[in-house]
Amino acid sequence: MRLIYPENLEDIALGAAVLGDGGGGDAYVAKLMGIDALRTHGPVQLVSPDEISDDCLVAASARIGAPTVMVEKLPKGTEVVDAFLALQTFLDRTIDYTAAAAADGLNSTTPFTVAARLGIPMVDVAGMGRACREIQMVIPTIAGIAAAPMAIADEKGNASIIDAMDNRWTNRLARTICIEMGSTAMIAAYPMSGRQLKDSMVWGTITRAEQIGQTIRRARQLHQDPIEAVRAVTGGVELCRGKVTDCSQNEAVLEVRDGQVDTSVPEVILVLDAETAAPVTTEGLRYGSRVVILSIPCDPKRRAFG
Amino acid sequence: MRIGIDVGGTNTDAVLMDGPRVVSWYKTPTTPDVSSGIISALEHVLNESQVASQRILGVMIGTTHFTNAVVERKGVIAVAAVRLGLPATEALPPMVDWPADLRDTLGNHTYLAHGGHEFDGREIAPLGEQELAEVAADIRRKGLRSVAITSVFSPVNADMEERAADILRQQAPGLFITLSHEIGRIGLLERENAAIMNACLADLAESIVNSFRAALEGLHIDAPFYISQNDGTLMSADFAEKYPVLTFASGPTNSMRGAAFLSGLQEAMVVDIGGTTSDVGMLTQGFPRESSLAVVIGGVRTNFRMPDVHSFGLGGGSLVRANGAVRVGPDSVGYELTTRGLVFGGDTLTTTDVAVAAGYVDVGEPGRVAGLDKDLVSRTLDVIQQSVDVAVDRMKTSAAALPVILVGGGSILIGRPIQGASEVIKPEHFAVANAIGAAIAQIGGEVDRVCSLENLTRDQALENAKQEAVQKAIDAGADAASVHVVDVDEVPLTYLPSNAMRIRIKAVGDLVLSGRPLGRCG
Repeated sequence: MRLIYPENLEDIALGAAVLGDGGGGDAYVAKLMGIDALRTHGPVQLVSPDEISDDCLVAASARIGAPTVMVEKLPKGTEVVDAFLALQTFLDRTIDYTAAAAADGLNSTTPFTVAARLGIPMVDVAGMGRACREIQMVIPTIAGIAAAPMAIADEKGNASIIDAMDNRWTNRLARTICIEMGSTAMIAAYPMSGRQLKDSMVWGTITRAEQIGQTIRRARQLHQDPIEAVRAVTGGVELCRGKVTDCSQNEAVLEVRDGQVDTSVPEVILVLDAETAAPVTTEGLRYGSRVVILSIPCDPKRRAFG
Repeated sequence: MRIGIDVGGTNTDAVLMDGPRVVSWYKTPTTPDVSSGIISALEHVLNESQVASQRILGVMIGTTHFTNAVVERKGVIAVAAVRLGLPATEALPPMVDWPADLRDTLGNHTYLAHGGHEFDGREIAPLGEQELAEVAADIRRKGLRSVAITSVFSPVNADMEERAADILRQQAPGLFITLSHEIGRIGLLERENAAIMNACLADLAESIVNSFRAALEGLHIDAPFYISQNDGTLMSADFAEKYPVLTFASGPTNSMRGAAFLSGLQEAMVVDIGGTTSDVGMLTQGFPRESSLAVVIGGVRTNFRMPDVHSFGLGGGSLVRANGAVRVGPDSVGYELTTRGLVFGGDTLTTTDVAVAAGYVDVGEPGRVAGLDKDLVSRTLDVIQQSVDVAVDRMKTSAAALPVILVGGGSILIGRPIQGASEVIKPEHFAVANAIGAAIAQIGGEVDRVCSLENLTRDQALENAKQEAVQKAIDAGADAASVHVVDVDEVPLTYLPSNAMRIRIKAVGDLVLSGRPLGRCG
């Protein structure tokens, strides 16, 4: 167990934005909220999966909706806690820990608000070691763990429980409710036992994000090469370095060299600014960008279940 | 004839233009009171050209004054920051991410009230009228004079901002009120930040605009005067007094527009080398390409439309150091170049000294750098050249070679071809491209309204709005032949019973001064 302070959250948000590979939306608002929660309620306990008992209860805290709406209608701050408490009430059991659903900049910082406000620990795991687009697109789904029952809450005091037949339906129903709530909402999902968490979530994701963020920050301060630092800390491979000459913008999924596939998802393919190591979003990528492309290995669980 | 003025942090430049022709120009240090610097520059250009002040039909001023005030925290006043959005938005109150010193300077007066809209136009909550009455009472008690009002999704529905302004005005008369929807786009914190910055400049806007007026009156120039905005168009002095924040980043826009005008090119890269820094930006259709990232000013995030400019530490006053590898900048002697540079009798080796030693330019006393190590000179030029090559390449949007326009006083440092440039153009009057950019700035007409699509097709609605924007630009003084639509923004408003959308259109054209449109030079 260790304590996470506002300074750590800066590093976590930066490192998670790297792992999220430019996906997951603007992490700025979520980071500010997490930092504010830590300043107001004190540091959060981050525990390793092997520190929790097999029969404890964990739920992931996350945000859904349109990122462009969240930057305009900022949260009240309590929605994510309301969702967590609604799920707890529905299950009629205390949820012992919270965790991150995915490792992008937004979702890595969101559970800290719950942990700080409720004074519960957060487990150092995520449902994916990278960004994901929909609720069901995480490793627990592959492992057969249900996202439901799931709670969703807005800033007005509305909350709802979704108990769907599978994770795809959970996502569908949640999206519909989310639109009625104003296209941005907070959720508590994937209630699972400590045992299930250990078997299906990606271990150490928050610490990994923090190490990456810290490494970039220090390298910048010391005027060292932040790219090499990221490569070393992630155990990644530099695929290439250079200038973008043409781009079709979607998602970094595949690297082809001389007609041979070199790397593909589920490995995380990172596109970083060659000077600052800041993650370059797919929208931000354009001709003339000086970038380095790294491939870092995905969690072995992703391959095992896949 | 028209006069363009650029009031920078270091220099005030003035240029007198007759149609597309530069009649005379002058560069003088900016003075603390602003107006005496302007007067001195204006006197000079009028005297030199022997043009009577009555023949001046328009004065266009570009100024970095308001940006600098926020950056240096000087001349700004306390602001009541009022946000309408409860129960949403409470997690991050106004100014939450501002540097503490600036927030303290503005007094930290933040208020949250119920109100705001959803993305689809539904109300988040009814407007908190009673809460606003209490805000007004507190504003009166604290003696605050300037207010920024920001409502959630006000770019979709501005109704609550307007109603809140009415309530505050009734209960606390005489307030300077800034409404966020008038100056910003979607993105609550950034739009609110812009509104608060505008509000904190209320006093300065009045005094600066008045000092411009006084300078012109003192010289018996009674022509209308305009101030340039960040999108390269002009606003009237009265408008600028209300919206000083719209002048932010007009500097790079002016110098790029000036470069386009002087060179006659529409598609080119502009390299503006000043005393301390260089700005590199891309011209497309004669206008700067806009940045897609959040722009931070004085530590505050904004979402202004600003030119996509890459700045780096190279200028005519940059220090040159040679302990092993040669280093150029980023520090500079700035306006002290004429006392500290070697060729001016000083003891500091600057880039200008190297350019003189290389024979690129003849200023000061070249004899003072005659003994400079040839190898050092050539290695320094390599470093300078390479930094410009890299910056140009970075800002390109395709691999094709394209023309590069060199402007700014520091462009004397470049004497070799630039990589990736089809040609390098250093136009006449390159040193005052910024003031020229202000002088030729265009005038715009804007339409911003909600259209019902009950009896109209979308295309008809757009066409009507476009014609109206064009007419507004002509009414504001634009030459009809030159007016064209530059920006079309449509937001569907699905909440209204009849299908509706918000249309924002901007048309711009060359300003006609007394029936004489501005021609194109070159």
